[in-house]
Amino acid sequence: MKKLLKYLTDGYMKETVLAPLFKCIEAVLELFVPLVVAAVIDSGIGNGDKGYVTGMCAVLVGLGLTGLAFSITAQFFAAKAAAGFSKTVGNALFRHIQSLSYTDLDTLGTSTLITRMTSDLNQVQTGVNMTLRLLLRSPFIVFGAMIMAFTIDIQSALIFAAAIPVLSAVVFGIMLAGMPLYGKVRAGLDKLLGRTRENLSGARVIRAFCIEDSEIGRFRSENDSLTSEQLTAGRISALMNPLTFALINLAVIVLIWVGAVRVDSGILTQGQVVALYNYMSQILVELIKLASLIITITKAAACGKRIQSVLDSGDGMNEGGEEHGFDGYKYSVEFRNVSLKYRNAGDNSLEGISFTAEKGSVIGIIGGTGSGKTSLVNMIPRFYDPTSGDVYIDGINAKDYRLSALRERIGVVPQKAVLFKGTIRENMRWRKADATDEEIYRALDIAQAREIIDKKEHGLDCGVEQGGGNFSGGQRQRLTIARAIVGEPDILILDDSASALDFATDAALRKALASLTGTTVFIVSQRTSSIMHADRIIVLDDGKAVGIGTHEELLESCDVYREIYDSQFRKEGGATA
Amino acid sequence: MKNKGTIRKILRYIRKYILLMVLSMLLAALTVAGALYIPIIIGNAIDLVVSAGNVDFGGVMALIARAGVVAGVTALMQWLMGVINNRIAFNVVRDIRNDAFRHIEELPLSYLDTRSTGDIVSRVISDADQFADGLLLGFSQLFTGVVTILGTLVFMLMLDPWITLAVVVLTPVSLLVARFISTRTYSMFRLRSETLGEQTALIDEIIGNEKTVKAFCREDESTEKFEEINERLEKCSLRATFFSSLTNPSTRFVNSLVYAAVALFGALAVIDRGSQGGITVGELSCFLSYANQYTKPFNEISGVVTELQNAFACAARLFELIEEPAQTPDAQDAAVLTDVRGSVRAENVSFSYVPDRKLIEGFNIDIKPGQRVAIVGPTGCGKTTFINLLMRFYDVTGGSISADGHDIRNVTRRSLRSSYGMVLQETRLITGTIRENIVMGKPDASDEEVIAAAKACHAHSFIKRLPDGYNTFIGEDGGSLSQGQKQLLCITRIMLCHPPMLILDEATSSIDTRTEIKIQDAFSKLMQGRTSFIVAHRLSTIRDADIILVMNNGSIIEQGTHDELLAADGFYAKLYNSQFAPS
Repeated sequence: MKKLLKYLTDGYMKETVLAPLFKCIEAVLELFVPLVVAAVIDSGIGNGDKGYVTGMCAVLVGLGLTGLAFSITAQFFAAKAAAGFSKTVGNALFRHIQSLSYTDLDTLGTSTLITRMTSDLNQVQTGVNMTLRLLLRSPFIVFGAMIMAFTIDIQSALIFAAAIPVLSAVVFGIMLAGMPLYGKVRAGLDKLLGRTRENLSGARVIRAFCIEDSEIGRFRSENDSLTSEQLTAGRISALMNPLTFALINLAVIVLIWVGAVRVDSGILTQGQVVALYNYMSQILVELIKLASLIITITKAAACGKRIQSVLDSGDGMNEGGEEHGFDGYKYSVEFRNVSLKYRNAGDNSLEGISFTAEKGSVIGIIGGTGSGKTSLVNMIPRFYDPTSGDVYIDGINAKDYRLSALRERIGVVPQKAVLFKGTIRENMRWRKADATDEEIYRALDIAQAREIIDKKEHGLDCGVEQGGGNFSGGQRQRLTIARAIVGEPDILILDDSASALDFATDAALRKALASLTGTTVFIVSQRTSSIMHADRIIVLDDGKAVGIGTHEELLESCDVYREIYDSQFRKEGGATA
Repeated sequence: MKNKGTIRKILRYIRKYILLMVLSMLLAALTVAGALYIPIIIGNAIDLVVSAGNVDFGGVMALIARAGVVAGVTALMQWLMGVINNRIAFNVVRDIRNDAFRHIEELPLSYLDTRSTGDIVSRVISDADQFADGLLLGFSQLFTGVVTILGTLVFMLMLDPWITLAVVVLTPVSLLVARFISTRTYSMFRLRSETLGEQTALIDEIIGNEKTVKAFCREDESTEKFEEINERLEKCSLRATFFSSLTNPSTRFVNSLVYAAVALFGALAVIDRGSQGGITVGELSCFLSYANQYTKPFNEISGVVTELQNAFACAARLFELIEEPAQTPDAQDAAVLTDVRGSVRAENVSFSYVPDRKLIEGFNIDIKPGQRVAIVGPTGCGKTTFINLLMRFYDVTGGSISADGHDIRNVTRRSLRSSYGMVLQETRLITGTIRENIVMGKPDASDEEVIAAAKACHAHSFIKRLPDGYNTFIGEDGGSLSQGQKQLLCITRIMLCHPPMLILDEATSSIDTRTEIKIQDAFSKLMQGRTSFIVAHRLSTIRDADIILVMNNGSIIEQGTHDELLAADGFYAKLYNSQFAPS
């Protein structure tokens, strides 16, 4: 929290100080009002001086007008500080997220990052704005009213001094008692949310089993318990206003009695009693405002903490300064006894992997779910670092490269095919910012994506909606393949990228990829047919390489490979082996 | 206009709590009366405290005792009112939510398939929540606010009509000021929320796909884009916040004008007392305190009205969901399928999701009990469409499908759907225990039956190893279970209820080889003697099928046995050769 506030005090110190300051000046002016009224009653009415009364009322208007000016200035500074603060924090947060490593992203989770950046940040902005505007004002008025009371009459003011701690205790007590209850309410709401989402995404299963009624029953009982928690929490917070009301009136009663005694003995005037009474009323009004403000601030503080935790997280990745590997080095990629254990995971995801990939060769990687296929290829662009062993690219340890120098030579087609808002041309230039149309078309040809663009009215300028929503899954997949090929990368990684393609297109794609002679291609797949023609196939099982070789060699020597192959190509009369 | 309909619908829900409503209004009136009466009592007491030696202690004592009693009773009523308001608001929202959820279960799948889950969820959860907040605020502030204004007016009129007039004339000025500011700031706020929306979309896109961004080293470009939007956001955010925050000081200034006017006219009236009626000092102090109380609700009401508008908008979104037409209910005389043998006939079936794009036309098929039907085609070819029609998740647009000789539109959905056992590639588990997930189709199954089914599906051994065995609680969508374990549970679920017909998606691409073998074994146990529809990926399954349906681009393009289709040398033959024949 403190670190977050540094963004406020560093960039917007002036506004942060001036906003509350001007607010307090306005509050002081407001505190003068009862004094003026007292003067009207005691001097004006007492002497029947109509001119004095008119003058004093003009003073009231003047106080109001000056207050208006101060208050507007304060609002401006508060708004400026809040908007500026949230911009600075937003930028810092976004930058920080851009610098996180894959491991950090895995730990934090994407949806968390998005809510932190959006709704949490908004709450904080509101919180800062309200705090600067009001937080100092309310206690200031409360204590100011007490001090003013002391200037009128010390003995009567002691009533204020006694009432204020009791009132604060009540306000904070109710809030402290309420907060855990509201936490329960949020949890109940989360439960309902889960139930609703589950019933929407699982609608088919629920209907297939005809369990609609029992689901409605579950929802009802969860809804009922949420309602009863809301009522419990509400019952506590409903105490706030009546209790403060009763306490203030109690204080007023004592005040009037003490006032009566003091007037009787000639220490106080009638007008002063009215003034004291007015101060007490002001306190009541402020306390009600303060209560709702404190809820806003608690919320904002909670959100600020969540943002801070993101800013504090992640250790990023150290990078070296290497720009190129050895020219003409035989092996494009080498794994030397590489093991990988993900953060917080119990077991190694990859264990003791060693292989070499010659320049321009095609490497197939096959294995079941969770066997470590994606983990393996993710280590080539250094998305993850090995826990032990080393990965060499063009003869140089991947860790010694400048990170972007390394990644710029690798084209990656991730499993999830997403395009980004903009045009096709913009998307195709992701790997190479100055790619010509010719280069782009060549990549589209290889990726079997040319026809998609040719069908579009605007060709390469055709618009892409968020995430590529205006293209089908298969089209997106081909376009993401093209995106990775533009500029002919040294290494191309296809991570199960042909799953939405039909077999004919898949085959055509593989044939076309062969024309990229200088590119080392890694193909990850579940389908034997996609990788059986590779120069070398790595068979993974439970994180270990159980076979490395060509299709024929593996059929001979590798049980796991044969098992997979047979399950997909089983001949009549049983297994081939 | 639109609000009117919404309000009427809200009132329909509130009607159930009409007694509480009346009580709440009564309490509000009494609370306001009490809160307004106290300043009068105090004013009277101050009048008895004139100057040194001129104080009526007995009178003061009697008056402040009365004030104490009134304050105590008022506070109590205030609390009661709060509790009652909570009860009305939260119960109304609970009722609406229940209705909305019930309705979700009755909505046709064509609706659910075309709407984003997030949107519907946000209606049932956050819209309902905001509506509850708005409703509560409306009850607790709008009503008391109006009563306070009226009450104060009456009390002030009783004290002095002329000063009251001054207050009445001046106060609406604050409303005008507020209105003026809010209309001016509306466009600023719209710009702000548009920019915010733009920013959220960017965040969603970039951070949602952060790994891809990093793979292409696009961090700097993305940051640049973000900072550009953020810069604009800061500007319009500042403008909107600042200009809207002018309301408060401005209305406060108007209030201080009112206050000064009351002080002026009041003090003059006190000085003139005797000659033309006039008022006392105590009454003046009471007046001043009224002037504050009278103007305050005006400020609050303008805030509450905005809140309420928002609440109504939320309620309208909820009602929109609730009023969405439900699926055609089962006919009154709908037959109940019993002792299903498992024959399925499609006659001249046509179907389309959107009217202008026909997917299936003139489709005929006749499946005898116990036959195996393999559905074959490239990914995304529309295999779910066929399942949708069989299970009557969607109705055919022409022709008919019948099961055991009954048109499936003339039998109850429940009996039709429970005749099928369905295992999809996408495993769906519900939040609950393992056991609850297994007995979904047969809630009264005994433990022995459950365990027997689990053993038959090779699920028993892993369930046994879970912390609480069959009573292990699993979270949303299976929690920490592996994909294969989830699939086994889904199969066990079907194994337990022995449905006469099966729909299986044998896609096991996401499952490791060992589990896959187990699942195959479970599948073949399930299929014995049952009519089964299998989305087939495995050559053996396809070849063993009695009928193969070949689908592409959403429609059924060929049907026949393996040999027939190969001989026809059509799409199937091409598919078969590219996929299975080693080249």
